[in-house]
Amino acid sequence: MDRRRSLILTVVAAMLAIGIGVALSYAIHWFPVEASTQAKNTDRLYHVLVDACIPIFVLVTTVVLYCAWQFHMKPGEELKDGPPIHGNTRLEVFWTAAPAVLLLSLLSYSFVVLHDNEKRPAREIRVGVTGQQFAWSFQYPPSVTGGRPVQSFQLYLPKGESVRFELHSKDVIHAFFIPAFRLQEDVVPGITVTYRATPDRLGTYPIVCNLLCGLGHSLMRTSVHVVTPAAFAAWLKSQRATSTAGGAAATASSGTAAARASG
Amino acid sequence: MAARVRAPGFYRASVLMVLGVALSAGLTWVVRMSTGHSTFHHYLSGDAILTVSLIAVPLLFLIGIGGFDYWFYWAAGRPTRPEDHSGHGARSWKDYFRVNTDHKVIGIQYTVTSFFFLLVGGLIAMLMRAQLAQPGAQFVDANTFNGLFSVHATLLIFLFVIPVFAGLANFVLPLMIGAPDMAFPRLNALSYWLLPVAGFMMLGSFFAPGGAFADGWTAYAPLSTNMPIGQTFFSVGVQFAGASSVMTALNFLVTIITMRAPGMSFFRMPLLVWANFATSLLVVIATPFIAASQFFVLLDRALGFNFFNAGHGGDVLMYQHVFWFYSHPAVYIMMLPGFGIISEIIAVKSRKPIFGYRMMAFSLLAIVGLGFTVWAHHMFTSGMAAWIRIPMAITTAIIAIPTGIKIFSWLATLWRGVLHLDTPMLFALGFLTTFTLGGISGVMLAMVPFDIHVSSTYFIVAHIHYVLFGGSLMTIFAGVYYWFPKMTGRMYDERLGKWHFWSTFVFFNLTFGPMHILGMQGMPRRVATYAAKFADMNLFISIASFGLGLSTLIFLYNIVTSWRGGPISIANPWRGMTLEWQVTSPPPIFNFDRVPTVVGGPYEYGVPGAVHGILAPTPATVGAGSRLAGAQRE
Repeated sequence: MDRRRSLILTVVAAMLAIGIGVALSYAIHWFPVEASTQAKNTDRLYHVLVDACIPIFVLVTTVVLYCAWQFHMKPGEELKDGPPIHGNTRLEVFWTAAPAVLLLSLLSYSFVVLHDNEKRPAREIRVGVTGQQFAWSFQYPPSVTGGRPVQSFQLYLPKGESVRFELHSKDVIHAFFIPAFRLQEDVVPGITVTYRATPDRLGTYPIVCNLLCGLGHSLMRTSVHVVTPAAFAAWLKSQRATSTAGGAAATASSGTAAARASG
Repeated sequence: MAARVRAPGFYRASVLMVLGVALSAGLTWVVRMSTGHSTFHHYLSGDAILTVSLIAVPLLFLIGIGGFDYWFYWAAGRPTRPEDHSGHGARSWKDYFRVNTDHKVIGIQYTVTSFFFLLVGGLIAMLMRAQLAQPGAQFVDANTFNGLFSVHATLLIFLFVIPVFAGLANFVLPLMIGAPDMAFPRLNALSYWLLPVAGFMMLGSFFAPGGAFADGWTAYAPLSTNMPIGQTFFSVGVQFAGASSVMTALNFLVTIITMRAPGMSFFRMPLLVWANFATSLLVVIATPFIAASQFFVLLDRALGFNFFNAGHGGDVLMYQHVFWFYSHPAVYIMMLPGFGIISEIIAVKSRKPIFGYRMMAFSLLAIVGLGFTVWAHHMFTSGMAAWIRIPMAITTAIIAIPTGIKIFSWLATLWRGVLHLDTPMLFALGFLTTFTLGGISGVMLAMVPFDIHVSSTYFIVAHIHYVLFGGSLMTIFAGVYYWFPKMTGRMYDERLGKWHFWSTFVFFNLTFGPMHILGMQGMPRRVATYAAKFADMNLFISIASFGLGLSTLIFLYNIVTSWRGGPISIANPWRGMTLEWQVTSPPPIFNFDRVPTVVGGPYEYGVPGAVHGILAPTPATVGAGSRLAGAQRE
């Protein structure tokens, strides 16, 4: 096979590989379900990134394979050297500038997504999240409950409402991670970290601690229940009724945790 | 008896180490007694003695083994031992267990010691994968598991990747620039002996009360400040590993700047020398930061300083900033020397000059500069001020540009070459593909919203292993095969080498590729157990990882048998132009009988009549048996 034909064959194979790669990137279910508006933005960003990256990876791999195929040493070439090419300024400028343009475009898009995901909505509810070794608890302030504050070990959120989480830690650093929302943030002792999510799909999704926090780290999991606003209001009402008891239980259990941490 | 205790060596070291424990016990006793009974309920505290011992015993071991002898004699005004070079060269295997000032001996000491820790770290990984094969603890308890992955990462970063590059460069770098040795041979010897100290301290933490340090190699406060005493093994061990890095890096810098052969201008240096120059700059500037971060933890733990105690005005995020200010540049410390190795191999094995030599050198320096501006991309979800994410994302993406220049230049070097597809070259080509994938996932991680989702998940585990295993370890294997004939004077088995490459390459991708998906589906890293939905993929990964572990046995068998009885290698089996190939294998005790003169670039393959260095023939008056005398006259 002459050089020209093998080159055409390689280019065709590379195009095919890019096509298969891009198709696979959409066919495989990489992510958990999308349960927040932020998740949709982030997944779109992911697909743009992968579509941009697959051709680059295929390019590098194809050149390596093509060189190994076409330029490997044949019998009788044991003492042969290649052509003494030292460089090519135009080519070098191109492969400095082209990735720069690509990277800056991807960055700009990612900043747009970041801005969209974090922008302040007209209306939002505040929910406190407390991490401690090795459990989560959630606080609903009077502005949300419309009465006494509610303390709960279950996270209930109304669908379609923007939520502002305020994260507190009682001991070490945890990370409050809801994969279905594509959002996480560290829960840091001494400071209050906040972030926003807008759940937009009914259902129950896992919450995991995503930063090593000690012995029970791998079991520090719970669930978020995204419910209709009416169901949310009903749940709050039932919680308000038992909040005194719930609050007392929470205090007792956190007291035990503190004793365990200091002991 | 008395003479053996006085002479440097393991005997004297053992005696001094016992003394060190006694000294630590005495010191803590005196201090605790003098500060009063009310603070300390007991004058003797096991933790206090252990903490002080961890600092005192290694220092006394180093004194005992003889690492400081020359300087002590000098400082005491006593006659130093005459410069008879008795500490130079190795005549039997026992010489590798002594303080030796020959860079070639130290290079082999470094490399072999590092590979020992690679095997230990790899075995620990096998235990981890056994635990993770199915959800629900079966193999070890959560505390042991947390200790396993912490020690795994610590050993492979501080005791394998960083020092093995220092070891390979220790052997070849002075040869490449035409120097008889490193600039500071005694400092070089001391820097080696700090390594086993650090390594056995990390491993020893498994025997500490409460188990090994179990908070990852990142040791985030305040988890680390509340760990059992095993954490101190990390805090102090890092100091010794870091001191070793800094000493070697200083030594490389001075050697490269002052000991190049006549005619070896900076732009005639092989790219491996450039790469180690760049790496050494990173090491010297960055390493003090991790030393500081671990001193903070140590002071918090041992003396209640409250640097990271939020309840007493401490600042938890500060730990992460100081830690990553070292540990991000450390990623480049673990990669740039590998870039150097790949440049050597691709040029020689493609029989072509490196494409764009100057850009290759400049891109290394660009990575050094940019490497210091990206650290907070490890902290996008840490709760730090939100605006910091923007500049750090930009610099993180930009650092892909010099890295891309290197990848494209290597590809262009391959183009129209005469490719010798033997083991070192296969590892170099494999590196190009796996490292590109690791680089691409790195660029994706620079995109903040995506990073927010996958940060601290198995996606990160996949990314770091594509960079450090698919990147660094591939280059290390390539380099070990490439310089094996030079280091040992023998040839490795090519067939076994290829088997090693293909098994490593396939099982590596099967092990770490699926981890990307696990991470995106939301499986956290550093967990001893996981949700049931991740079970199938984890079982697959565990099986693949056992294959990856077994592939290392091929390497081990090949290296051991070839070193003992492989065919004798000629001086220059690869027809390389750089200076290390112009001397015998293994090289003479002082490297060059006459100082070489460099007259051209290092990679002038295919240029008719091109020469890199001229080695003047040995004068007739100096016989073959008196190289030593010849070198001393220089």
